[in-house]
Amino acid sequence: MANSSFLGHVHYVVTSNPVTLMAMTLFAIIVLTAILGPSLVAYDPLATTSQALEPPTWQHWFGTDHLGRDVFSRVVVATRLDLMISVSAVLLSFVVGASLGGIAGYWGGWLDSTLGRMLDTIMAFPLFVLAMGIVAASGNTIQNVVIATAIINLPFYARVARAEVVVRRQSGWVLAAQLAGNGPWRILFGRVLPNALPPMMVQISLNMGWAILNAAGLSFIGLGVRAPTAEWGIMVAEGAGYIVSGEWWLVIFPGGALMLAVFTFNLLGDGLRDIFDPQRRT
Amino acid sequence: MTSFAPEAALNAFLTLEHLSVEFRTRHGIVSAVNDISLSLARGETLGIVGESGSGKSVTSYALLGLLDRAGRVTEGSAVYSGISLIPASESTMRDIRGREISMIFQNPRAALNPIRTVGKQIQDVLLQHAQCTRQTARRRAIEALENVRIRDPHQRVDAYPFELSGGMCQRVVIAMALACKPRILIADEPTTGLDVTTQRAVMALVCELTREHGMATILITHDLGLAGEYCDRVSIMQKGRIVESGSARQIFHRPSHAYTRKLVKATPHAAENVRDLLPDDEKSPLPPIGLDDVRPRRPLLEIQELRRHFAGKRSWTDVLACRPATVFEAVKGISLEIWPGESVGLVGESGCGKSTTSSMIMRLLDPTDGAIRFKGQDITLINRQAFVHHAMRRSLQMVFQDPTDSLNPRFSAADSIADPLRRLMGMSHRDTIAARVAQLADMVGLPQDLLTRLPHQLSGGQKARVGIARAIASEPDLLILDEPTAALDVSVQAIVLNLLVDLRARTGMAYLFVSHDLEVVRLLCDRVIVMRSGEIVEHGPTTQVLNQPSHPYTCELLAAAPRPPIEAHVEPEFSHD
Repeated sequence: MANSSFLGHVHYVVTSNPVTLMAMTLFAIIVLTAILGPSLVAYDPLATTSQALEPPTWQHWFGTDHLGRDVFSRVVVATRLDLMISVSAVLLSFVVGASLGGIAGYWGGWLDSTLGRMLDTIMAFPLFVLAMGIVAASGNTIQNVVIATAIINLPFYARVARAEVVVRRQSGWVLAAQLAGNGPWRILFGRVLPNALPPMMVQISLNMGWAILNAAGLSFIGLGVRAPTAEWGIMVAEGAGYIVSGEWWLVIFPGGALMLAVFTFNLLGDGLRDIFDPQRRT
Repeated sequence: MTSFAPEAALNAFLTLEHLSVEFRTRHGIVSAVNDISLSLARGETLGIVGESGSGKSVTSYALLGLLDRAGRVTEGSAVYSGISLIPASESTMRDIRGREISMIFQNPRAALNPIRTVGKQIQDVLLQHAQCTRQTARRRAIEALENVRIRDPHQRVDAYPFELSGGMCQRVVIAMALACKPRILIADEPTTGLDVTTQRAVMALVCELTREHGMATILITHDLGLAGEYCDRVSIMQKGRIVESGSARQIFHRPSHAYTRKLVKATPHAAENVRDLLPDDEKSPLPPIGLDDVRPRRPLLEIQELRRHFAGKRSWTDVLACRPATVFEAVKGISLEIWPGESVGLVGESGCGKSTTSSMIMRLLDPTDGAIRFKGQDITLINRQAFVHHAMRRSLQMVFQDPTDSLNPRFSAADSIADPLRRLMGMSHRDTIAARVAQLADMVGLPQDLLTRLPHQLSGGQKARVGIARAIASEPDLLILDEPTAALDVSVQAIVLNLLVDLRARTGMAYLFVSHDLEVVRLLCDRVIVMRSGEIVEHGPTTQVLNQPSHPYTCELLAAAPRPPIEAHVEPEFSHD
């Protein structure tokens, strides 16, 4: 019963709210593009030709760049890389942040103060500059971009998790779980944190958009992903110099893809929360 | 369908006719109030009594135009001394609300703005209705506080809500409601969540002020006893309809509707035993309590000089000045014992230390000092973390106060009941667990098909049953019941109390029944312990303590319980229609 009613609930959430329906549809398109991207496009995103800087035509929908590469193919193929960076960064910060915040909130006391101040220290830096510093110091790889993005997002998850755990740790069902012979770890990770999921879901979806921007931002300034890899941030960076001379398509299309992705993730939040909240099931 | 006395209608200054209210929900339109007619005369107190979901609060919200967006008045009219309230424009209602008709809400703390002083909040109301100028506002606010018998109103006017007790907050809310001298006061469960003695003080105040100002009052409550004591007339609501109206005496002595009879019966004021709370056709003979004739050699639980202190906040200035933190003594060295199979009542008002005591017995909280001997072994010597996996854990279980709060929102009823089976009883096979869960559900009278439901899909009574089934799953020897029926409607309370009596007869568990409700304790317990400010003030057999109390505080508690207009131990004559 649990499974079918969960699907029924997803169906209800999606159909009752047109915004959620739109966000879910866009999300599905983005995910499909990420999976199928390379096989959808007509040109090799890395192949240079002599047709440089051509405006959009029927052959090249989004035009070509300064090396004659097809912008449409590059925008589509870049989806996978950008999505992978942001998803893994957000997952990493969600898992670590929620655990640290949960532990701080559940045990309280000096543990709470210590963890809290440590995470506050991260917040004390301008986050993008901190990410730049981490990538610059630890090496210019995609893996380090993911780790840097995860670190600067940690405090947000830890704070949400801590607040949710503090509210719930003295509730009757947590006491009842203790009486039923559950140890503190099982109660925290098996009982309390799953109940904190709905508000964290909102945080995740907002963060996904932010993580994509962050990854693109880092590659825009030349950190992390490097040319000639197809990536929205690099494409915007490379195209930026051509805006003045009127080659607008180099920037508009990858920038638009970036905007659409961020927009989708931000819209997704409420729907995800509703889906993960058992109270909203009937 | 409801007919009110014609003379009442004549000098009525509030009449409500054929009111129907609907709510738009996920499952379509739900009718909350169905064709209700009421009238209120000057100086009269009208009680609207019903269980949760009967539509009693919705009626008052509709009257004041406070329905939320999903709600809609579909039919009916309301007239207050010539002014139409339904239908009415929002600007009319804004003038009426507060100045002509005021309302007191259920939770006084939630009704007050936590970051404004109470004086400022009273001034807001006065200024809003142009009852005073900025210069006189403060003086008028102090007067308003004086009116509701708050001591030191000059200081209290600058207090924030969190600095006041629950009873005090309710007085402030009443002061706000009465600040503009309204003609009608609607009190929606004004004393739910307050102690009995506070309840008595608040209700006495409301009645006194009603007389003083010549107001009319509508008291909305689930407590028939309360309505019976303080109201002139009572209307009983069930499922959005008024099923019966009449004088309070009439309702108690000659209830004509079956539902009223059920409610009157379920109100534990004159019942001889728990079975009297149930309707006649649902009664079964009371099982004999299987206490052995020979007393067991030693008590099941023995508490000696148990103490618990809570340290107050110590600011850094205190630390520098080497001032010790202020210490609050929640439990001040109490001793008690519980024998196997016995049912003991622990009675007291909020803050008396009864919950702290039960948490310590459950090993959810470490005592500051003293011994808790369970089956002869001092369990305070076992580390609290280690006790979770200790063999004793399964013998000590507890049913929590709020059935909703005590169930994990993500766990189905079966998951909740299976939890102690997995952890404490070492059951791991899916089928054995399912079989035992089904057996436990049977024991507490929970239908099997509800086992897959999540807590919010269950009613209050069903949630209470799940909580009880979980607590008895590990076959405990001592079960602490922390106000297990405080959050339930009276008819559900009657059923749950009977269930508890049956379970005890069947399993031979000992009960420690923590409660503030002496009438419930009378029905369930062999012995009573009365606590006040962390100390035991009186203890003894139930009949002795409740009939010949020796301590003045016990007398005060007994006197504070609402007395409906009914002679004790006289079977009400039911006119069968």
